[in-house]
Amino acid sequence: MAEKVLMKGNEAIAEAAIRAGCRHYFGYPITPQTEVAAYMAKRMPKIGGVFLQAESEISAINMVYGVAGAGIRVMTSSSSPGISLKQEGISYLAGADLPALIVNVQRGGPGLGGIQPSQSDYFQATRGGGHGDYHLIVLAPASIQEMADLTALAFDLSDKYRVPAMMLADGTMGQMMEPVELPEPIELDAAEKPWAVTGTKMKRKHNIINSLYLSPEKLEETNLERFERYEQIKKNEQRFESFMMEDAEYCVVAYGITARVSKNAVIAARAQGIKVGMIRPITLWPFPEKAIADVTDQVKAFISVELSMGQMIEDIKLASSCKKPVVLCSRVGGVITTPEEVLETIKKTAGGNK
Amino acid sequence: MVVFEKPKSLTDAQLHYCPGCTHGIIHRLVAEAIDSLGIEGKTVGVAPVGCAVMAYDYFACDMVEAAHGRAPAVATGLKRCMPENIIFTYQGDGDLASIGMAETVHAATRNENITIIFVNNAIYGMTGGQMAPTSLPGQVTQTSPYGRDVKSAGYPVRVSEMLATLEGPEYIARVAVNNVKNVKAAGAAIKKAFENQINGKGFSLVEVVSTCPTNWGKTPVDALKWLEENMLPYYPLGVYKDRSAEEAK
Repeated sequence: MAEKVLMKGNEAIAEAAIRAGCRHYFGYPITPQTEVAAYMAKRMPKIGGVFLQAESEISAINMVYGVAGAGIRVMTSSSSPGISLKQEGISYLAGADLPALIVNVQRGGPGLGGIQPSQSDYFQATRGGGHGDYHLIVLAPASIQEMADLTALAFDLSDKYRVPAMMLADGTMGQMMEPVELPEPIELDAAEKPWAVTGTKMKRKHNIINSLYLSPEKLEETNLERFERYEQIKKNEQRFESFMMEDAEYCVVAYGITARVSKNAVIAARAQGIKVGMIRPITLWPFPEKAIADVTDQVKAFISVELSMGQMIEDIKLASSCKKPVVLCSRVGGVITTPEEVLETIKKTAGGNK
Repeated sequence: MVVFEKPKSLTDAQLHYCPGCTHGIIHRLVAEAIDSLGIEGKTVGVAPVGCAVMAYDYFACDMVEAAHGRAPAVATGLKRCMPENIIFTYQGDGDLASIGMAETVHAATRNENITIIFVNNAIYGMTGGQMAPTSLPGQVTQTSPYGRDVKSAGYPVRVSEMLATLEGPEYIARVAVNNVKNVKAAGAAIKKAFENQINGKGFSLVEVVSTCPTNWGKTPVDALKWLEENMLPYYPLGVYKDRSAEEAK
């Protein structure tokens, strides 16, 4: 077993990306994710990789688009306002079916917002974010270990389905330190990506990386084909953690930092005799709707704990077909919900159903 | 014996450009440069948004379609991950000098080892003739119907002169394709811009002063005359920067 090292979340992402074979990073400074860029700036030149500080988030994502077009593993990272700027490029990546990793270490918004942790970019991440019909594969780490593990997974899923992946972390995950067992470095086999623009070598017809289709029928066809892949992803890749759900009458749903907070509240509520459990989505898109649907008849109510004014709550309502009440427990603006606040909500919800 | 043929780096696709438009000549010059340097198999081109948006169908090398103005950033990504390949962008004035100005300036100041073909026809062609960052003072367009008023719209940008003030770039030249002599000079400058990349010298941009008969509301012949009388005085032809030549002095 590899030894554990104490690392900041942002650094764990960077090191895990390198170990996953990523040798190209393009970024632009923004709090609270700048350590990703700083780590890459230090490491990439030593291992023959590319670190480039772009002139803007817009340029950074378009550099990513170039490298992705060449069929090479590539990433960028930013935080909420910077992710908004990247949306044009993310839409083009989606439209051109290019794999890439985008990390969003969320902070409070809207606008310039603040620099404290938030989960208010859930809609933006899970609904596509830019213009057009598309999705990203969205992963939500709840520990520094997962910051590392999900980084590698994000690259693999993105390559497998030719869908850009987003790591949706938050300022807490980015800044806090925990022991982490880093994945072993992998050697990427130069797997043939026959669609990549690497030069024809005068041996094949030219490849074109493109998202423009002036024929409506052709454009419709590309959308339909992409959504067939999305269906496969929904079928195969829903990931979640289930905690104390066997006999649960109430189900807390929380991801990332709020899942950590909520776990304490669930344990405390159990000690007070309330049969409560938790489902923690690890993939936010695809949302673990099967897991929610499976417990909908079992539970009396769901509690959505999130650092937003209620975004994931809509997915819980959809996945449970609104058959049971869904209560929101949230703080916003960079304030993090306490275990006591979650416990209070659990007690109130359980009391209201007695 | 073949005495005249289409460059091999152009596909057989029929160009969609308007009659009298000079994009066709410029495409040909780019393709001739690629052919003569024998680099088609390792070249990746980046198409813009604008009239040349479908250049990816016309060049026979691998191609990428970039978002509006972002071609220099996309080219940066391509070149950084494939330094042995030859990367060029082909962009118009709205794409390069308006929405993509930041990408252009920063690729230049990094001396990114790429080749940029910048077609300046002083108007947005694809969208139907709006004022461009390079539209001349007083020029009537769809969005400057009373003529470009510099008090409100500002002055046209001289991209080559501006970029030549930077330390970064290797080669900046402005050419035109309004007569045979200038077409030959333009071809030579474009070839040099590719040679510079092959030789690792860095950022090379060739600005090609061009016409847009359709949106200028002129015949192709009158458009060339208008270019000579109005554009060339504001956009003088010449080499604005050639670091290697300067260092050799």
